[in-house]
Amino acid sequence: MIRRLGVITATLVALGVVATGDRPPRRIVSLVPAATEMLFAMGAGPRVIAVSSFDEASPAVRALPKVGALFDPDLERILSLRPDLVVVYATQNDLRQQLSSARVPMFEYRHGGLKEVFRTMRALGTSVGSRAEAERLAGDLERRLEEIKRGVGGRRRPKTLLVFGREPLSLRNIYASGGVGFLHDMLELAGATNIFADVKRESVQATTETILARAPEVIIELRYAAPLTAQQIAAERATWDALASLPAVRQRRVHLLVGNEFVVPGPRIADATLRLARTLHPKAAGGRSNRNAPPFN
Amino acid sequence: MAGAPAGSEARLSALVSVRRRQIVALGLGGSALATAVLLAPLVGSTSISLGRVFDSTVPFADNLDAQIFFIARLPRVLSASLVGAALAASGVVFQALLRNPLADPFTLGISSGAALGVILTLTFGLSLGLAGVPAVSMASFAGSAGAVAIVYSLATVRRRGLSSNVLLLAGVTLNAFFSALILFVQYLSDFAETFRTVRWLMGNLDVASYTPIVVAAPLVGLAFFAFAWLPRALNLLTFGAESAATRGIDVLRIERLAFFSASLATGASVALGGPVGFVGIIVPHFVRLLAGTDHRVVLPASALVGGAFLIICDLGARTLLAPQELPVGIITAVLGGPFFLWLLVTKR
Repeated sequence: MIRRLGVITATLVALGVVATGDRPPRRIVSLVPAATEMLFAMGAGPRVIAVSSFDEASPAVRALPKVGALFDPDLERILSLRPDLVVVYATQNDLRQQLSSARVPMFEYRHGGLKEVFRTMRALGTSVGSRAEAERLAGDLERRLEEIKRGVGGRRRPKTLLVFGREPLSLRNIYASGGVGFLHDMLELAGATNIFADVKRESVQATTETILARAPEVIIELRYAAPLTAQQIAAERATWDALASLPAVRQRRVHLLVGNEFVVPGPRIADATLRLARTLHPKAAGGRSNRNAPPFN
Repeated sequence: MAGAPAGSEARLSALVSVRRRQIVALGLGGSALATAVLLAPLVGSTSISLGRVFDSTVPFADNLDAQIFFIARLPRVLSASLVGAALAASGVVFQALLRNPLADPFTLGISSGAALGVILTLTFGLSLGLAGVPAVSMASFAGSAGAVAIVYSLATVRRRGLSSNVLLLAGVTLNAFFSALILFVQYLSDFAETFRTVRWLMGNLDVASYTPIVVAAPLVGLAFFAFAWLPRALNLLTFGAESAATRGIDVLRIERLAFFSASLATGASVALGGPVGFVGIIVPHFVRLLAGTDHRVVLPASALVGGAFLIICDLGARTLLAPQELPVGIITAVLGGPFFLWLLVTKR
């Protein structure tokens, strides 16, 4: 009997179903939208049983139970789902403590720049037993980014302001990308010079004065919450006309890009970078075209 | 026989001394405000040349120095002076009205009502601006008005006249209630929206246009016009409502005028610059420490000093961390707090 079990285990290990020592997780809970998207893209989607409150990338994801997010993880629901892997933020100290005393295995997600995104993708693949698929996914994305980079290579890199938040219909409380993080990395890869590259933070609250003084030639605003009508987009772009001396305003190079691929550093980073590249360099080829290329504004 | 002339002489000399102190305090406060208004626009994170700013041969759209001066700096300085003056003067009025030295313009829930309006606007993405006034300012003012209406009706429902105790308790409770609603909406909303509301609560004077100032200024002006009737009555009110009534003051009328005018000034300045903390409590006490407690001196002097103080704090907000903005509400507390404590210890 024991021998037979041993033979079965050995066969399963040989088939790669069981990783030596521990089996690949079959009940995965992800509290990180970027990780959820990675899991689905590497084919581990069917093993994901619950996601964060902010996950909405696909109908399959939307149908899954929600178990909180960064600040409000629902420990009780997570435990009641009997997960064998929980993807948590590395900063969720309390939750990590609680899960480890419940002996639930965890994958710790760390937020960072593009390099970190690929590191996370590969590490996540390894820990869910989909190393080959993760490698394929990461390699494909890296190649697409490389293509985009080549596509805009040699072109003049316009000084660009990348805005991801401000008060509606006014130029108050403008938040822009600083010189750290995946948005900055994507912007530079797409062939721009970030005007706040010298500020070593992900987010900069920019004063009107510094924006005027740094004179961006292109302004790209990212919107990811509510869908905007064409009229609203036009009105929001016209708000910038108040800063008439900005080259971006004078050359009509203020763009609003709508979509949440810009806030989820997962498998859609290449799509997002391509949109940035096409906005910055409309005449460049901009790499392999996307299957469902989103419209530009 | 000699009593009457001696009494009127004493009163006359008291009046002369008030006049003298009024002139000194208003002179000093006025010159501080004037200096701040004139000098602050010259300083910033970028160096600009005044010659180029006023060079009329270059079209405005091409003149970077003029744009920095007229769009980035001057509106900030003007809104700082307006908000600072309004908050400091309303602080004086609320302290007298509530007979409580710890009262400030936000004690009665005006700012938390405004904050609730703002967070609802940001969370549900209402981008209805009206005549160039952004939705956030409109929502802020509407929220303040709602809070004022609730507090006023609570304070008058049981008896004729405003009970300062009921005002105070209703205001404090309303503050807590609104704060709970704010936390609830924040809990339901996105990180980005939560962060924007938290940021709004720290105050921001980078208005980048004159429209919000032009809209807020007449409201603050109207409130200041009403303030002109208050100082003598507020002096008498500090000894209690009955005592003021025996001296010929129509207490209900004065309290109502004080309540609504100070609320108007506060609501308008919160809509313009957010709930900038500390100005409304620290400036009145600072002025009292230096110029005594007579409201004929304290009220106008606080307005002038408040304007100057906020201009200086906002100068810090736009330069200290440049190219980043430092929330002005942090500076008012960090700069004002220790200075006030030092004054408190050395002056008495």
